[in-house]
Amino acid sequence: MDRVVLHSDLNNFYASVECLYRPDLREKPVAVGGDPELRHGIVLSKNYVAKRYGIITGETLLEARQKCRDLVVLPPSYRKYLRFSDRVRKIYGDYTDRVEPFGLDECWLDLTGSLDVLGLDGAAAADEIRRRIREELGITASIGVSFNKIFAKLGSDLKKPDATTPITRENYKSVVWPLPAGDLLYVGYATRRKLSAKNIRTIGDLASTDPLYLEAWFGKWGLVLHCFANGRDSSPVAEYGQEAVIKSVGNSTTAPRDLVDREDVKITLWALSESVAMRLREQGLSCGTVEIQVRDTALFSFVRQKKLPRPTSLASEILKAGMELFEAGYDWKKPIRSLGIRGCGLVPESFPEQYTLFEDPEKREKLLALEKTADQVRRRFGNLSLRRAATLVHRDLGDLDAKADHVIHPVGYF
Amino acid sequence: MDPDGNPYKVYVNVCAEFNADGSLVPLSFVWEDGTRYTIDRVTDVRLAASLKAGGIGMRYTCRVRGRLTYLFLDDNRWFMERKGV
Repeated sequence: MDRVVLHSDLNNFYASVECLYRPDLREKPVAVGGDPELRHGIVLSKNYVAKRYGIITGETLLEARQKCRDLVVLPPSYRKYLRFSDRVRKIYGDYTDRVEPFGLDECWLDLTGSLDVLGLDGAAAADEIRRRIREELGITASIGVSFNKIFAKLGSDLKKPDATTPITRENYKSVVWPLPAGDLLYVGYATRRKLSAKNIRTIGDLASTDPLYLEAWFGKWGLVLHCFANGRDSSPVAEYGQEAVIKSVGNSTTAPRDLVDREDVKITLWALSESVAMRLREQGLSCGTVEIQVRDTALFSFVRQKKLPRPTSLASEILKAGMELFEAGYDWKKPIRSLGIRGCGLVPESFPEQYTLFEDPEKREKLLALEKTADQVRRRFGNLSLRRAATLVHRDLGDLDAKADHVIHPVGYF
Repeated sequence: MDPDGNPYKVYVNVCAEFNADGSLVPLSFVWEDGTRYTIDRVTDVRLAASLKAGGIGMRYTCRVRGRLTYLFLDDNRWFMERKGV
């Protein structure tokens, strides 16, 4: 029997919540964006009026204001969004226990087992869920209904706002296949360009390409994409709560000013590494891999990661790996706008470790005890009460309190 | 006053009763002009958004002096919708 999978996407989530609370702004172009004073100046979300001016998510507030002089820019209030996200998930919970969030505003729901009890079919359940979100929370959702997660997600993108789009075994060839290949989950900019060079432009083109070719071009990803395009995606919708398992701990920041040299970068990475290390220790975890993200002033960005000789929750070791990655990966053609560092490959703190003869495990244990003591001081007197001297060199950069500022990001599909 | 400065949202003082079964029933409220209105009957209770006042909460449909009006409870604060400004 086919599964019944829904993908629900809250339309213009941040902007919709803000506009609900500000009826006077609903007919005006509204964008939710970071604080332009602190240069976190990009559009995170916009309402439909702003969309008509051509404003797109991710562009800078400066660009957006050039398209629309009267744009109302509101700072994000994440606590409000978390509250709405939570309420929406409670509604989903009335229909199934298989609810898998994808960020704050998207969720997959597997209704296969519950439709009989509900006495509804997939589309009717989707309509009811949309009605409840609209009436109870004053925002809207677009829902795709299909027999797998990939097509359900595609469906939720097709009709907006507040619409249900079924994609069935009967209609997927006419509905999904004419869409551009880039609409498929995990076909990003680079893959799209490569596909287009092979004259594969639509999802249908992708579906009818010999998987052997795709494998030769993209490795095993090619086979995955071929399956996706043909609706063969059997990945399950996780049970509610399963997503709470932490996969990585990371912090990133847009610096208050452009970073122009190694020292600037090091100060910023220190602050971020301290926060990552402290949060790892809070969870009783160590990370086996360190990853950095660097974005320059032209908004070009890259990600590099490396495996550590042994898992760590020490800020000094996370920073060291981060700096090594940075120095190997950046050529300083442009100043840097934002930096991030993340620990992944997480293992429990108590994970047994094999030392070599020439290492001094005692020294590491002492360092860990020292950092844990620093944690306690910071818990009592604030995150900036005890800090690395290095972060005092440039006060304009060093005052970053990454731990208090950190925001939750959606995790990947796999 | 509403923090967003929304003129259609009026926070009110409410006198309510917690029943032994755990339900909460508003008995009366004080409008901004100081008048206390007695709620004759609550005809419906449900989660709802107020597009007019801008907010969400548990919505009590109340019969007051022969008219139906909405009373919203959001995080321990009660608010109502103003008819015209």
